[in-house]
Amino acid sequence: MEEVLKIEHLHKRFENINVLEDISLSIKKGETVVIIGPSGCGKSTLLRSIIGLESIEEGKVLFEGTSINPLDKKDIKIRQKIGMVFQSYDLFPHKTILENVILAPVKVQKRKKSEVIEEAEKLLERVGLISKKDNYPRQLSGGQKQRVAIVRALIMHPEVLLFDEVTAALDPEMVREVLDVILDLSKQKRTMLIVTHEMAFAKAAADRIIFMDGGNIVEESIPEEFFNDPKTERAKKFLKTFEFEKEKE
Amino acid sequence: MGFEVLLKGKNMIRLLAGLGVALRISLISVIISIILGLIIGMLVSAKKPVISATYRIYLEIVRIMPQLVLLFIVYFRFSKMTGISLSAELASIIVFSFWGTAEMADLVRGALISIPVIQYESSRVLGLNKLQTYVHVIIPQVGRRLAPLSINLITRMIKTTSLVMMIGIVEVLKTGQQIIEANRRSSPHAAFGVFSIIFLLYFLACYPISCLSKYLEKKWEN
Repeated sequence: MEEVLKIEHLHKRFENINVLEDISLSIKKGETVVIIGPSGCGKSTLLRSIIGLESIEEGKVLFEGTSINPLDKKDIKIRQKIGMVFQSYDLFPHKTILENVILAPVKVQKRKKSEVIEEAEKLLERVGLISKKDNYPRQLSGGQKQRVAIVRALIMHPEVLLFDEVTAALDPEMVREVLDVILDLSKQKRTMLIVTHEMAFAKAAADRIIFMDGGNIVEESIPEEFFNDPKTERAKKFLKTFEFEKEKE
Repeated sequence: MGFEVLLKGKNMIRLLAGLGVALRISLISVIISIILGLIIGMLVSAKKPVISATYRIYLEIVRIMPQLVLLFIVYFRFSKMTGISLSAELASIIVFSFWGTAEMADLVRGALISIPVIQYESSRVLGLNKLQTYVHVIIPQVGRRLAPLSINLITRMIKTTSLVMMIGIVEVLKTGQQIIEANRRSSPHAAFGVFSIIFLLYFLACYPISCLSKYLEKKWEN
């Protein structure tokens, strides 16, 4: 299968701390890759470096075989092929749900407004939020807002979608509705790179699990293998913390 | 009660004309302040050290100096130093704009830094360029935060125009004083009537602006 996104020897430093150390990974078309790992292991920074929200010291990000410099203005066209949904609510508060969704396709991609609205309504319908299209973000729950954020990324027709702990800021009862949408996308064979703390979801959605710790990729395997028989000590230890938490509950 | 002087001759018209002068000075200064304030506020929030330092000095000068002192400096000293003679009205507009711009820029800066970083980041990820991000995302949000604060500044500027009579501009307060002086014999209580009317005139000038602020706040609430 064709590689859509490839990261080669990525290094990232904040002052003197190595946040990412020599990260290499590739994502094939239609693949759902889930990155897990303890907080501060560099998962989010990795996503942010891929899409150009962080500068990188060394290494390359290749999109469909061409090296992109996400910070470069010339590569703005390519960057649009990578969509991202954030942890906190990043909707534009002064715009209605529909306006939030259609802004970029109309202004950036210069698509016809009527067509974009049609598609936006279809997508909102699919995530069960068509009745909210004329509401403002503050009138929606956290889970609803995140579903809108996903629609807003989808309408750009990205080749790859990045999810940065999209349920981390949600109330527990809202996590499900958001993850269901992502799971659905995974079934549709969307190419996705997901950072999450939801282990059950990772197990269900991932084609491949990447376990990161201390700025390194420590382990990489299929979900069954990773959750049932982790190879490294660090992965074992990490998975144990979840079980411990479960017992405590 | 002293209201009768206002009915004498053209007194009421004169007062209104005085208010017109005050409003003209404030309107022009407000427009200049808003435009320059927006530009400078945006420049300052770009966090370039030289711009920030210069701006801080400017803001401190404006805050420390009473507006009256600024008026005297510009009106009396400036002409002496440069040989260019400014009309009193132009001097007032310069001073009021100088003051308004500093305050406005500070409001803009505050509103800009209150916008969460994620708003810039999600715009960027959606492919919006800098200009589009400002036009569609940042400025509308800044505007909503700015409206009540800048309206407060505008009403303050309108009220403070009463100072310009100190450099010889015959605005509403000065006109009022003239009317009181001229009618000292015939209506010794003119002061009460005249100043009450001036109070009312200022109220009529500023109240609609306050209403606008309330209306905007309500409109943007939902």
